[in-house]
Amino acid sequence: MTTPASRSLRLLFGLASWLLTVAITLLGLAALTFFIGRVLPIDPVISIVGEKAPKAVYDRVFLELGLDKPVWAQFFDYITKILRGDFGTSFATNRPVLTDLLNFFPATLELSTIGLLLGVVLGVPMGVASAYWHEKWPDHVIRVVGLVGYSVPIFWLGLVGLFVFYYRLGWVAGPGQLDVFYVGVVDRWTGSILLDSALQGEWEIFFNAISHMALPAVLLGYYSLAYISRMTRSVMLDQLNSEYVLTARLKGASEFRAVVGHALRNAAIPLVTVIALSYGGLLEGSVLIETIFSWPGIGNYIYSSLFAADMNAVLGGTLLVGVVFVFLNMLSDVLYRTLDPRAR
Amino acid sequence: MTLAADPIADPKRALRAARWAEFRSFARRFLRNPLGVVGLVIVIALLLCAALAPILATHDPYLPTLTDRLAAPGAEYWFGADELGRDIYSRIIYGSRLTLLIVALVIVTSAPVGLVIGAVAGNYGGWIDRIFMRITDVFLAIPKLLLALAFVAALGPGIVNAALAITLTAWPPYARLARAEALVVRNSDYVNAIRLAGASDFHIIVFHIMPMCLSSVIVRMTFDMAGIILTAAGLGFIGLGAQPPLPEWGAMISTGRKFIFDQWWVATVPGFAIFIVSLGFNLLGDAMRDLLDPHLRQRR
Repeated sequence: MTTPASRSLRLLFGLASWLLTVAITLLGLAALTFFIGRVLPIDPVISIVGEKAPKAVYDRVFLELGLDKPVWAQFFDYITKILRGDFGTSFATNRPVLTDLLNFFPATLELSTIGLLLGVVLGVPMGVASAYWHEKWPDHVIRVVGLVGYSVPIFWLGLVGLFVFYYRLGWVAGPGQLDVFYVGVVDRWTGSILLDSALQGEWEIFFNAISHMALPAVLLGYYSLAYISRMTRSVMLDQLNSEYVLTARLKGASEFRAVVGHALRNAAIPLVTVIALSYGGLLEGSVLIETIFSWPGIGNYIYSSLFAADMNAVLGGTLLVGVVFVFLNMLSDVLYRTLDPRAR
Repeated sequence: MTLAADPIADPKRALRAARWAEFRSFARRFLRNPLGVVGLVIVIALLLCAALAPILATHDPYLPTLTDRLAAPGAEYWFGADELGRDIYSRIIYGSRLTLLIVALVIVTSAPVGLVIGAVAGNYGGWIDRIFMRITDVFLAIPKLLLALAFVAALGPGIVNAALAITLTAWPPYARLARAEALVVRNSDYVNAIRLAGASDFHIIVFHIMPMCLSSVIVRMTFDMAGIILTAAGLGFIGLGAQPPLPEWGAMISTGRKFIFDQWWVATVPGFAIFIVSLGFNLLGDAMRDLLDPHLRQRR
């Protein structure tokens, strides 16, 4: 017999151990970036300030990093600094890395969210169709479309897309987030250019932004579609072969109701995890896409920091994306638990 | 003709015959999957390109001919010439060696590392398992390309460092796989029997757990190769992989980027090479999974 009290106690205990797991993962993440930034390079100071830095700058950074202390003390300092939101200073922009990251993150978030929406809206129905017509021609076509998305280098597709749709056909605008003369016209409220321009009634800018966003968003959408449709297919195949779908059909449910109302509804639970994971994958894909499309996001920031030998910025960006990744996993975990009655 | 059956050679012969029959049935089922065959053909073509590069290439991949800068595709340069007048076709042929080199380096390092970590974690359980799996989770928590990028940024660019960085991102799935397999095998009767017979943990891990992981590892490897090629090309494109003048495909796209509007062939042609090769590995991986994955086999 479980009393309500013991059940809530167990729930509390489960929550605590789950939070601990997340905390340990985040700590491990910080340890990894610490390792990459401080232990791996032969001279971490040079990897931050570059080889041509004057002696005074070198000494200042040496002390700032606490390189005169033992490694464990350095790590402790690193963690406390991160918890206070101090990721160090970017030597390329001369601003705190956190300020830069917060500046650039909304653009990445906007682009990858739209990409994800495209991926889900197209990918899930494609996966369902693929499973429904298993081993028939729609299945083959959709599988090939997915496999191509898996195999194509996304940065190359971006270049080809620019060549065809921007240069040759002129259907979309070129690299960047807006045309040059629109940049800075809209006040920054949310950081999302679409929302900001719409809220402020600047429709000309809104449509310009869409024209700039179309190509990179479609490419990211295709990238996530490949994964989402493939996973949807495999989950749906399991569901369609199960007995409850057969029962529903025997009871006279329409094909649509059996497939969408019964099978897809049960498939939705694992699909939540798939979608969360592909959101994380988009953050990664955006690094390459943003460099191609000069998109003012995190990926482009990391890319340009690499060439300024600005290690603080690179690691800060990596850490941020990692944390977002962990939280996405967490979110999918929570959703899984609330959606699936068996896991409650 | 001998009267008594040879007690040592006969079982061996039977075993060999059985393995041969199994291989033949495997090959027959494989050939029934046309996409898998296409994948196999692509992979074999890649191997041939790498092996026969000096014969297949029409020009020296490194020798600049400045008068033929950015020449269009034609009879002399089949896929055109790059910004230093080097033949793109020959560079792509030689580039297949670099691609194979990176893939081989990553596979031979990441799969064994992941296998050992996973098998040890699964075999011992308890704290060792928890610690190892937390470490695996941390590595899985960062997107692969980004982690590889940070590693190469710290280590310095280059083809070996790029391979090393990709390895560091590629081992966790193998560890997961091996652990799952080890957890099943660990408590099975035959493992308990050899444990009672005095076999060491080392013996059990190496001779009983790892072989069980092999078929899933092979499937995973084939899929991974496509991913490795794409990550390596991405690193090359960013400028952290193979350095000039090496004809690495990703780096070739990167130099061609400047000319994408007027001399489109410089950037687009190497991309086709990357695409075709990784498609080949994906097709092959799909076919292998259909054949080798025990879970799928049960369902049919």
